[in-house]
Amino acid sequence: MFSAQQSCWFVRKVICWRAAASIAWAVLLLPPTTAAFIILSRFSILHPFQWISECLSLLTSASAIFSFILLGGVIIIVGFLNLEYYTVIPNIACSKIALLGQLLHPRQFLSSLVHCIMGIIVAWCCAVTIGGRYETLGYPCVESDGSPEMCLNEYHLVLLLAGAFVGFSHSLLGVIHNMNYVSFHTVQRYKYLRFKGSLPLVVKCSATQALYSVRNYIVIYFFLGYIPKTWMCKTLNLHLNSSLHSLDTIAGLLDLCLIYHLWISATFLLFTWYITLVLFRIFVTEVYSFPVQSSFTEDSHQCLPKVITEKQPMILKFLALQDLALLSQHAPLRRSEVFSLSQPGGHPHNWNAISKECLSLLSDLTQRLIVYHDTVATNGRAKPLSTGSERKTSSDTSVISGDDPFTPKSTPLMKTPASVFTRSVVGGPQSPLTAPFTPDLDSPFASPALRRLTAPVGQCSPWHDTVQSPHIMRRGPKLWSTSTDSHVNGSPQLSPASVPSPKQEVSKPSLLAQFLQNRKEQVKNFLAKRVLIMYLFNKLPEASSQALFADSQAHIWALEGLSYLVQASFSEDRFGVVQTTLPSILSSMLVLQEAVDRHFKLPHASSKPVRSSGTMGDCHYKTLRFALRATLKTAIYRITTTFGDHLSTVQMSAEHRKRLQQFLEYKE
Amino acid sequence: MCSLALFPPPLPSGHTTLCESNNELLSGASSEDHRLIQVSQNKLGINTAFLDHSETLWMRSAAAWRDGGFTGLLNEITNSHTEDIFQILKIWCTLALLQWVSSFHGSLFPHLTLSSEDMIAEFSQVLNWPDCVVRAFAWHPHTDKFAVALLDDSIKIYNPKSATTPTLKHRLQRSVAAVQWKPLCASALAVACQNCLLVWHVDPCSLSTRPSSGCAQVLSHPGHSPVTSIAWSPSGSLLVSASPMDTAMMVWDVAAENCVPLQRVGGGGVTFLSWSPDGSHVLASTPSLLFRVWETRMWTCERWPCVKGRCQSGCWSPDGSRLLFTVQGETVIYALTFTDAPGKVYTAAAVVADLSETTFNTQDGDITVGGEIQSLAWDPKGERLAVLLKGLVQSDRPPVIAVFKTRTSPIFELLPCGFVQGEPGAEPRLMQFHPNFQHGALLTVCWSTGRITHVPFYFLSAGVPHFGLNGSPSLPRPQERPSDFANQSLFTEMIS
Repeated sequence: MFSAQQSCWFVRKVICWRAAASIAWAVLLLPPTTAAFIILSRFSILHPFQWISECLSLLTSASAIFSFILLGGVIIIVGFLNLEYYTVIPNIACSKIALLGQLLHPRQFLSSLVHCIMGIIVAWCCAVTIGGRYETLGYPCVESDGSPEMCLNEYHLVLLLAGAFVGFSHSLLGVIHNMNYVSFHTVQRYKYLRFKGSLPLVVKCSATQALYSVRNYIVIYFFLGYIPKTWMCKTLNLHLNSSLHSLDTIAGLLDLCLIYHLWISATFLLFTWYITLVLFRIFVTEVYSFPVQSSFTEDSHQCLPKVITEKQPMILKFLALQDLALLSQHAPLRRSEVFSLSQPGGHPHNWNAISKECLSLLSDLTQRLIVYHDTVATNGRAKPLSTGSERKTSSDTSVISGDDPFTPKSTPLMKTPASVFTRSVVGGPQSPLTAPFTPDLDSPFASPALRRLTAPVGQCSPWHDTVQSPHIMRRGPKLWSTSTDSHVNGSPQLSPASVPSPKQEVSKPSLLAQFLQNRKEQVKNFLAKRVLIMYLFNKLPEASSQALFADSQAHIWALEGLSYLVQASFSEDRFGVVQTTLPSILSSMLVLQEAVDRHFKLPHASSKPVRSSGTMGDCHYKTLRFALRATLKTAIYRITTTFGDHLSTVQMSAEHRKRLQQFLEYKE
Repeated sequence: MCSLALFPPPLPSGHTTLCESNNELLSGASSEDHRLIQVSQNKLGINTAFLDHSETLWMRSAAAWRDGGFTGLLNEITNSHTEDIFQILKIWCTLALLQWVSSFHGSLFPHLTLSSEDMIAEFSQVLNWPDCVVRAFAWHPHTDKFAVALLDDSIKIYNPKSATTPTLKHRLQRSVAAVQWKPLCASALAVACQNCLLVWHVDPCSLSTRPSSGCAQVLSHPGHSPVTSIAWSPSGSLLVSASPMDTAMMVWDVAAENCVPLQRVGGGGVTFLSWSPDGSHVLASTPSLLFRVWETRMWTCERWPCVKGRCQSGCWSPDGSRLLFTVQGETVIYALTFTDAPGKVYTAAAVVADLSETTFNTQDGDITVGGEIQSLAWDPKGERLAVLLKGLVQSDRPPVIAVFKTRTSPIFELLPCGFVQGEPGAEPRLMQFHPNFQHGALLTVCWSTGRITHVPFYFLSAGVPHFGLNGSPSLPRPQERPSDFANQSLFTEMIS
């Protein structure tokens, strides 16, 4: 409940205002866009003066103002839909059927419906603005028998339906191209410059997308156009003018002027919507600077160490991590707050909370990767325990669990003297969140001298020798599934893939099971022969890899933040706060490095995605795994180049030391 | 201000500079033991092995379109001598129209009329780039290995610790203008080519001598060619690239292969880039009388108009607070200071050194040295500044490297050190300081003969340890290059 209240705080105070600002700007941009649309739609090269004066008089007319109000309303609704549907973690469909499921989701259906209606409204505004033959739905005509009647204006209807179609296809393409995904950019720029930079892309995208949509629409109208036409005539009691030829014929649709007007209207529609989307993305991803610590307790839930551990809303966590990455790089003053000690008690609560969250993010990703790799490598079947090839993984496991900074096992010898010392002196109230996990050496009472003394002792501690012991090796595989429990407050369960379900199943070669297995295979084989089913259920290549790394932007920031903070700690950390966590940071990075390396050896994992420049959908998520790999390597190098040979005094398993030596020699 | 007149006279002919020791440059008659690499002077490459083959105009046009874009297509058409007269006439008319348009544009920015090879030669930091055997050179920022781009468009990577010398070749790797290793990475090497940017991933443990072209990432953006300059951010996260044809400077996120164009009106292109070692600023010079200094936090820029010519070269002090640059047509070095302190706004650059022609009386007769500056290099400790002087062919003034001693604190100072000369007939073309030489500074010079030599400058760094309140050494520059930390011990005192 408390967390819900907090998320309310952020969404209410920041996100909503940002969305409102973006909508306001989109509405403000409407008049120039409409003016451009009017000028382009009434284009006539032969009568330039008449053209300009007509446009000017139209812009100041009452109908134009009414259109403005309508369009403004549409923009506001689009903005609300953006706010409602946006996500920072893309929803990646791993097969065609999943994509179909997304498309047919009731929520999505609602959105499509709203887009359709808004498309009709925009198209009506366009029809009124273009004027001429498009202006009204009905017009008085004279029947063959001479009696005056109201006839259906098919041009008007075509334009309205085109608006509906473009709105609908926009909403569908939004799902296919993940248009609601909001990505964060590595290059920070001011909002105005970002908007200016993305404007040409918006124009290009809306023009091309409008072209494709109009082409599809014309084809559909050619075949199915008579249905809405007759329906309209029936419900509104209008007549078809038999003297004019109908538009759902080849001759009728090959009217270049009509096609141009359809296209320019669709472009206008898409342009205003895309602008709203782009503005929303720019505003919502703007850097938010959280205070590292606050002097007032009522503001403490807004501080970075608290906010960073939040699970919901995701945007809050992402912005907090982004702020962490930036502060660790650029802000020495705020860094010093991270390294500072709490005033009564002298605990590095800020650093502990931040490093713990970052490390739990990293270990979460590591586990997800390992589970995925095991699932793929064993083809989804349960695998036999403790085979020879498992040795490597299991030793890693032991290191994950063993080097976890907050399990007391990790520093058995190191802990004793200092912790005893601290407890006896401090004795004050400790926050329940961090107290059991705090390695006590980082208190101010543990002087650097003491720390230095204990470090070499820790290095030759018995724990070090037992790392490779068969005991840990044996229970290694089991730990994969259970070690999430060790993070009490830890990792958000971001992906369902982290549940190692296939391993749980017990393979008993009983007769019944054999029979069922055979049946299953038969059914599978039967279905596999049906092309459509194969098409729908086949996994899309590299989609699962993309889905695995869908939220990796958070991991990238965590890696950057940690590595920059560790680098800065070399000269700025006066209390040695970071030193206590350095072994676990290094080991979790190295374990992740190994997992990532293994993942990239899988088929499709290292294949580059096709770059599609023509859509407004953000393809950032497709390359996140490469960005993560590069950032991870850079982060480890950043630590090794900063500390150099001093890393030899950091305790670490032999395997990790070997790995680290590779980094120290620049051989990775 | 320091001038060349204060310099010790150049060496007599036949002597080469060996090293600096005890505050003076030592020379010797032979340079045999300092020779590292003799690069073959095979200018022609593999093209000579193939016979001439004629295709139809359309086939050639398609190929030219694919390789060189629209301008390549037009060039191909104008260079064709065959085909029927009607076609030629049509094309000729189009060309005339286009030429008229482009001549108008070109009158604003004359460099746009150059061919891409000429453009690289014009704006490259290498002296006489077209016939230079070593076209680009880059030390790895952390280890003792370097990459050399040769005239035949191949790149070789030399590493004293490994027996293999990988040769990098790629279909798109043509007219290499610059190479640079990615910081905080062992393997990534960015290459500025004629039509694109390549980022090679050369596994340092691999025994292969010919990494496949699959190891290279191709980064290209329409209109962004030829690439004449590249710069990695010191944190290794971003890569910027510049092309004189493109007014936008590209900031690449290499792993994601996407780029952000940073466009500003004016200048007509970007020719040279230099990222400050602390990562806070980027110098971007343009072909016109203007250069920009970008701030890398929010990517805004300051405009610095020049009076006489375009900014030819520039380099940053190790803490990123001072920029030295030279202007084409002038023989002086300017300095700009950047501080975080508000209220201190500099409106003009200060002249710190005058390198105008000076005549020395030596035993071989009068030797004239000085003139325009081709490039600048500042060693990573900020104590030696090497200046490559262009020289003049007509007046028998050879190119030469002048080296200054520099000091940045408490005040900025330039003191003469001496000239670095090679063996007779060899002209310096390209120079770079080793990024982490422990005993001072190490200048690597590529000569016109294809020889690469290393000239060490032995000195003790003047950096005084600064002690913080708690008694442990706190480094004066928090954003200093991480590689510098590697040489210092955590708990022992620094060299004083």
